[in-house]
Amino acid sequence: MRANDDVNLELFAGEIHALLGENGAGKSTLVKIIDGLLQQDAGQILWEGEQVRINGPKAARQMGIGMVFQHFSLFDAMTVAENIALGLDQVIPMDQLEHRIGQLASEYGLSVEPRRAVHTLSVGERQRVEIIRCLLQETKLLILDEPTSVLTPQEAQALFVTLRQLRDEGCAILYISHKLHEIRDLCDKATILRGGKVVGECDPRVTSATELAVLMVGAELAVPGRKSSNAGQILLEVENLSMSGEAPFGTALVNLSMQVRAGEVFGIAGVAGNGQSELLRALSGEQVQRDANCIAIDGRAVADLKPQARRERGLACIPEDRLAQGAVAGMTLVENLTLTTTKEQALVHFGFRLIARTAALARDIIAKHDVRCPGETALAQSLSGGNLQKFITGRELAKQPRVLIAAHPTWGVDAGAASAIHQALLDLADAGAAVIVISQELDELMAICDRIAVIADGHLSAPEPTANLTAERIGLRMAGSYGT
Amino acid sequence: MGPRLERRTTPSKRMSWGSPLLAVGLTLASCIVLFLLLGLNPVTALYVFFVQPISNVYGATELLVKATPLVLCALGLAIGFRANVWNIGAEGQLLFGAIFGGGAALAFYEQDFVGLLPLVALAGALGGALWAAIPAWLKTHFGANEILVSLMLTYVAGLALSYLVHGPWKDPEGFNFPESRLFHDAALLPILIEDTRLHAGAAVALVAVVACWLLLARFMVGFQIKVIGLAPGAARYAGYSESGVIWFCLLLSGGLAGLAGAFEAVGPVGQLVPNISPGYGFTAIIVAFLGRLHPAGILLAGCLMALTYLGAETAQIELNMPSAVTGVFQGMLLFYLLAADVLISYRIVWRTATGETS
Repeated sequence: MRANDDVNLELFAGEIHALLGENGAGKSTLVKIIDGLLQQDAGQILWEGEQVRINGPKAARQMGIGMVFQHFSLFDAMTVAENIALGLDQVIPMDQLEHRIGQLASEYGLSVEPRRAVHTLSVGERQRVEIIRCLLQETKLLILDEPTSVLTPQEAQALFVTLRQLRDEGCAILYISHKLHEIRDLCDKATILRGGKVVGECDPRVTSATELAVLMVGAELAVPGRKSSNAGQILLEVENLSMSGEAPFGTALVNLSMQVRAGEVFGIAGVAGNGQSELLRALSGEQVQRDANCIAIDGRAVADLKPQARRERGLACIPEDRLAQGAVAGMTLVENLTLTTTKEQALVHFGFRLIARTAALARDIIAKHDVRCPGETALAQSLSGGNLQKFITGRELAKQPRVLIAAHPTWGVDAGAASAIHQALLDLADAGAAVIVISQELDELMAICDRIAVIADGHLSAPEPTANLTAERIGLRMAGSYGT
Repeated sequence: MGPRLERRTTPSKRMSWGSPLLAVGLTLASCIVLFLLLGLNPVTALYVFFVQPISNVYGATELLVKATPLVLCALGLAIGFRANVWNIGAEGQLLFGAIFGGGAALAFYEQDFVGLLPLVALAGALGGALWAAIPAWLKTHFGANEILVSLMLTYVAGLALSYLVHGPWKDPEGFNFPESRLFHDAALLPILIEDTRLHAGAAVALVAVVACWLLLARFMVGFQIKVIGLAPGAARYAGYSESGVIWFCLLLSGGLAGLAGAFEAVGPVGQLVPNISPGYGFTAIIVAFLGRLHPAGILLAGCLMALTYLGAETAQIELNMPSAVTGVFQGMLLFYLLAADVLISYRIVWRTATGETS
């Protein structure tokens, strides 16, 4: 299979160029070739009119190509300046470096204090450190990979101001994203990739979001919908849950309370690292609580129970990292079905795994949720992100849970799979379960949730009906002004 | 710039089973070089080493006698290794199994009743499990590294056995040799083939192979062990008890090693002696990895490693080679196996100076 097939891309100084495509469309491969991490099999790269061969990120840096990855490469225990010094090819005395960081920070509105330890920084601030690191190298082409996926709407706007300023000074920017409204807001030109090929080039400022979506996905997508929305009795109740974070960089949960009713989809918005993973651990039972009463499922206290016991009481969870938590990468789908099975499913009989039964259920899930794979004995790691996530979702739904908690259910998933997963979650709510969705994609939450609360620094705001909310209002709370 | 190791994106599945074969091949090739350097005809030497020992029925049964403790120890170790529980002290657990099993045989000296042999076997398994319980408790309570604890306890077990046969358990009619009494006939394992030393323990080892395979392939405990080893995050999410699995793995591997020790005592050896094991517990580590941590593989690897013991004995007699050659063979085999395994997951990249900067 070709990750990139006969791709042509022209980048000009003083232009913000969008690279648009779904996961697996070949964006990362293309960018890695430009950054020297991968070598092309055929074709050529021209840099300022001359044919070049980029042998690695260091060579790319020396040419003036800087890259800001989605996942930052910073050491938590070191200061901002120390982290930046590590990534530089030349040695600059620390006081001079701190001075230059300060200069760049004020010049481009990238406020960050050089002497602060990185673990005390917000995600947005960490991204600024990465950008400053690129700017120190006199970057002519700045590549950003999904830069806003970890930012609040306000932080994203601040980033755009910086990027526009850089563009006006003549820097070329390659902006990778799948968020259409951002691209229409920010970019001067867009190249759309699908299946490794360029399927379109356009001016996003004059192209509608629907047109862009159709180019990106290749077809129009079904919009997930509900049949009914009648909230019933309370199925999940959390009362004054407090929990210390995992040292040294975890977030403590503070007096968290919520009630989720049958037939309801309840959203928890927030920037990653504000207590979401701790909340999921507390709810799933991975971390049991001393006070049994602070979490109740269907009126019964469960906070002192372990995950298996909570599953038996009708709780199901879809964790955020599908390859390290949700599934065992090196095991087959059949085996992965056994991972979280309940007594009611009767796939295990006195400790003996009933493999034929499990395989039959795996085939059902594959068929019902349109999981594209060679068969139920395929290894989890061989599936694409979207298909594996569909399988994991199907596995949890197959238990007909009373309460389902899904963390970032469509993270890194293609649009088609995302819409199928959303529909599956809505159908479960229609069938009378309580569904909790933890996500940092506001669009996702606004599209499927009945009520949304915001988690910031371990505090949970009072939920509000989605109809009363705007992205800006949620964004303010995400930035930390919780309370009601 | 010199060579560098770079992780392969997709390690070959086929090669992970091919690497033991490759390691065996390279070991043989190195043996040929070794023989040539020693001025021996490599063909004769290889024949003496690997064919002659098993060219008759007695030799073949001797192979199984030696393979029995290796397979029993390696089965338990492999299950632990699957869950990232690194028990390195099977040798010590084997010695404690010999002490408990042999102790039971001595306690009922000259008595004969139906349950005697099962009792001896059970005592052996209990002894090994108790000895392995020490690293299990220290790991689950204090996070102590089981590699160090289990390894160190091996030497303690050796000294305990030595103390017993030098002191309280010394044979009163044994001319002051550091040995226990010879066990009475009822306490000795039945012989499977007449005029050989092949004992019932070999059959038990075979049953253990099947049982361990079932455990890993079909039972929920085995499944949890594999999940903890492959994806600790998924195991935590699913709520599997990590300390439970640590206890299970150490008690099981200790129990199997202890069983092997008891079988050695009331099998081929027939009494307690200080050097009752020629390092079976350590060789079993090689057997476990050579057998790819799979029970069937371990059965084959156990026979191969047993052959190196026998071959060294024949070579000592026929070729005047030192018996240390067994250790050389085993060491080379492990070395090549680990090297092949590294190259399955990584490839060597030669970096030139121009590639760095251009």
